Amino acid sequence: MNEGAPAGRRPPSTAAPVARLIEALHKLPGIGPKSAQRLTYYLLRVPEAEARALAQAIVELKEKIILCSVCQNVTEENPCGICSDGQRDQSTICVVEEPLDTLAVERTGGYRGLYHVLHGVLSPMEGVGPDDLKLNELVARLRNGSVKEVIMATNPNLEGEATAMYVSRLLVPMGVRVTRLARGLPAGADLEYADDVTLARAIEHRQEV
Amino acid sequence: MPQPPRVYKTPAIVLRQRKLGDADKIVTLYTANFGKLDAVAKGVRRVTSRLAGHVEPLSHGSFMIAHGRNLDIVTQVQTIETFQPLRDGLERLCRALYVAELVDRATEERAENFALYRLLLNTLRRLSQREDLDLIVRFFEMALLVELGYQPELAKCVVCRSPLKQERNAWAPGVGGVVCPTCRPAEVTLRPLSANALNVLRLLQKGDFQEVARLDLAAELGEELERHLRDAIHFALDRDVRSAAFLDAVRGRLRPRQQVAARGAGPG
Repeated sequence: MNEGAPAGRRPPSTAAPVARLIEALHKLPGIGPKSAQRLTYYLLRVPEAEARALAQAIVELKEKIILCSVCQNVTEENPCGICSDGQRDQSTICVVEEPLDTLAVERTGGYRGLYHVLHGVLSPMEGVGPDDLKLNELVARLRNGSVKEVIMATNPNLEGEATAMYVSRLLVPMGVRVTRLARGLPAGADLEYADDVTLARAIEHRQEV
Repeated sequence: MPQPPRVYKTPAIVLRQRKLGDADKIVTLYTANFGKLDAVAKGVRRVTSRLAGHVEPLSHGSFMIAHGRNLDIVTQVQTIETFQPLRDGLERLCRALYVAELVDRATEERAENFALYRLLLNTLRRLSQREDLDLIVRFFEMALLVELGYQPELAKCVVCRSPLKQERNAWAPGVGGVVCPTCRPAEVTLRPLSANALNVLRLLQKGDFQEVARLDLAAELGEELERHLRDAIHFALDRDVRSAAFLDAVRGRLRPRQQVAARGAGPG
């Protein structure tokens, strides 16, 4: 499926360390064989200090980053900065699929509560079940009763909805309010091209202008 | 030889999706005209995608697809049915996903089978409208076996070929049928089969949903049928069906509540 020179058939003139780096870069998301070659030959020319800094950064990433024992987000200290921030609203938890999603919500600046990262989403056909997500950790956080609302911010697709429904059935009996992100039209969208589900939800949840 | 047209149109049901690169997805479609096929839906992971909502799993749409170099590419979709009720409740959803996965696993790419397409469509419609969800799935499982050429032998014993009587026979999923009490072949898996279950299996095999829909199965009989048909499918496909585990997880957790709801609703 990959175009260009496949990994196994590099010209014999390529030195082994060069080939190795090309190989490693090629595995990164969004990097094709040509980009991998370009990056490798660029790195060959940068000052040694810069190359070492990059290598060091990658090593530290693997050595120092852990999962926050409270919210399961990636962090350097445990508990993470958000969980240990007393200014934040301790009664609301926003549940997201991946660590990157917390960044997206943080960027809005409109949310001051806590997070919980599931590290995945229920995907019955791929064999990802409830036990593969950080669900028990979420349930454990709700035990002391200080959390009043859980916002399900999983993606608005089939798997995200399934996860939201599953979690809500799990948590509602514990007396927590479980809410779901609103669905509607994205900024800059075209009504003509909106799908029926989104448009129906947008009408259903319309607001006073 | 005439060149095949660059784009083609077909109604299709989305069976599943997987991520491709940064913003794309590969969607597996079960089409009316070409059987199962994979196609790339470009940019559907961006918020502003015009395609994203139309290629969600379990939606039925009219697809315009272009021939690509490796994979074909979805160029336009018009949704026909979204089966919204499937998405609003776990009970319906987990069964619909199970049905879609069975179709995905049981079929080869680009082998046209319009009957199977109709069966899938009807099953999704029933699952989103009716309440007898398990019966719908049983009907689908039997129809799928028949469609795949694994129609179980329910009239005669598969060993001695004598007609089966209304007694305690044995279900032998590995050899595709029922074994009478006098024959007990040692080398095949045998499961006890009640006379009632045999009758229901026969009715399912007749393939008339209207008739099947009149049944009101006791929980125990329903569970027996589920085990037998799952075994038969396991043997026919020779692999596990992953979403069956999710179905069990949803049901395991929700069973007590379901019973309360059923009692509240009264008979019917």
